[in-house]
Amino acid sequence: MSAPAPTPHTTGTAGGSTTRRRRRGPRTWLAALPLLVFTALCFGIPLGALVFGAVTRTDSRSGATSLTGEHLARSLQGPYLGSLIGSVQLSALTALIGAVLGVLIAQAVVTSRSQGLRNAALTASGVLANFGGVPLAFAFIATLGISGVVTRLADLGSLGWDLYSFTGLAVVYLYFLIPLMVLATVPALDGLRPQWREAAQNAGATAWQFWRHVGLPVLAPSLLGGFVLLFGTAFAAHATAAALVGGSVPLVTLKIADALSGNVLTGQENVALALGLDMILIAGLVMAVYLPLQRRSARWLR
Amino acid sequence: MAAMTPTAQETAAVEATSPAPDVTRARHRRPRVWRGLVLGLAGAYFLVPLVASFAFTVHVPGRGISFDAYTRLLSAEGFTESLLLSLGLAAATIALSLTLAVPALIAVRLGSPRLRPVIEVMCMLPLVVPPIALVTGIATVLRWGPEHLSRTPLYQTFIAVQNEKFPVVLVLAYAVLALPFVFRSLDAGLRAIDVPTLVEAARSCGASWPHTVLRVLVPNLRSSLAGAAFLTLALVLGEFTIASLLGFRPFAVWIVSISGAHARMSVAVSVLSLVITWALLLLLSRTGTASAASAPSRKES
Repeated sequence: MSAPAPTPHTTGTAGGSTTRRRRRGPRTWLAALPLLVFTALCFGIPLGALVFGAVTRTDSRSGATSLTGEHLARSLQGPYLGSLIGSVQLSALTALIGAVLGVLIAQAVVTSRSQGLRNAALTASGVLANFGGVPLAFAFIATLGISGVVTRLADLGSLGWDLYSFTGLAVVYLYFLIPLMVLATVPALDGLRPQWREAAQNAGATAWQFWRHVGLPVLAPSLLGGFVLLFGTAFAAHATAAALVGGSVPLVTLKIADALSGNVLTGQENVALALGLDMILIAGLVMAVYLPLQRRSARWLR
Repeated sequence: MAAMTPTAQETAAVEATSPAPDVTRARHRRPRVWRGLVLGLAGAYFLVPLVASFAFTVHVPGRGISFDAYTRLLSAEGFTESLLLSLGLAAATIALSLTLAVPALIAVRLGSPRLRPVIEVMCMLPLVVPPIALVTGIATVLRWGPEHLSRTPLYQTFIAVQNEKFPVVLVLAYAVLALPFVFRSLDAGLRAIDVPTLVEAARSCGASWPHTVLRVLVPNLRSSLAGAAFLTLALVLGEFTIASLLGFRPFAVWIVSISGAHARMSVAVSVLSLVITWALLLLLSRTGTASAASAPSRKES
């Protein structure tokens, strides 16, 4: 990154500010080059290979590659479709419950006057939202698994409790989704100015009318954005489910892992690629909804 | 996914503007009940698994309390290797992602604002691609090695990056996953200092570019660099999906592999790794970059 001495003579004939811009432009651009090359190589190539493999078929005898929609079609059939639907159902359910509970907790934190509680809750949320994966699965196995502490104390086994099921997985997912929602909505709830409530009260509005006509409309983009963020997080989750249920709950991430690691039939790995592409499309859709919402809510929260 | 934690100003503003006249105080009494209820239930839900896991590891039914699960850890087969592998991968990932991101982001701040959207989109894209989808792509690319490139020098590279002892391919994948967090943390740090003035001052005094970056800018970015490093460390230590599907055995994969034979020990390791991660994140929020600590990260879930 060493540069020539900044004398005007080394940088051509144009004078004043144009020289300056021209001198800086190429040099700073070069500093960003390694990052761009790295992303193109280590992110772009695998992604390209994923898309390419998902839409092509290579004939094993002739080696010829042809375009086909077969893998994508197969990824939307039978057990594969079931796993996609299972994932979407689980993500939607946990995101909905997580969003509601997260908002309740966030509201409780925001309305409390205690700065200590607020700091503690926000720090804890930051830590818990980052707590996923394998350790979380094992913590829940120790708590609510077949010989888990709470299972034995409360004799949940006889009540038909099963951690290794759709419901069990939902309970585990909520452990990192609720804190995520708290983090996502506390700024929005802070943005609800007390003056708005006072103004509504002075105008004779009831609490319900305030929420119906002022509070919820202002919060709506943030709440929806939080829901979508939770959905995306739950949808992409794999490690927790892999360590917890193995294969008993149909989830698309588990199906992809199966198809990749097991010695599957040829052509099956292309279905894994197609499933990966399906996931990216769904996650992309989620982001496409989330980002504009984020921007809209930012308008009120300045 | 913009910053989600409230800034200090916002908090102060809310506090300054809540006057709590007598009328509203009466109304606040009812909320106090449900607030206590909500926070109590939430506290129970979030604490019980932690307490129960600890109880699970120290209490053996019929034999009383014992810390065996923790003391036997060090001698457990594979524990040290997998932990050292994870730490090594984390160090390499942190070094790689910071070396890539710091110059690029300084460049964007300094002279190429038009590059900003490009860099931002590139750094944020990994959030849209779930790790499991990324690993299918990586596995496909790695398969090209033996299939198409066995007679080219590139083949040796393919073998080298998959070295069991130190899988470089994991470092590359983790650096991609860490990009969004590194970007956000550094971007926030750079926003807080006046880069052009600092650079101009340093350059006018005759400092070379490397000197300017390393001795002037980096010290000013210390806390946001630490934030990026901590988040990357947490991500790498907990990462399971990519490593397990590519057939390597760092820490998280090792925990799962022993869980069948040593259930108590796997929970003990989980509790330990949790405590360590939390300590790191708390330390991070203490060093002043609370926003980075509480930003949702794509730690494995």
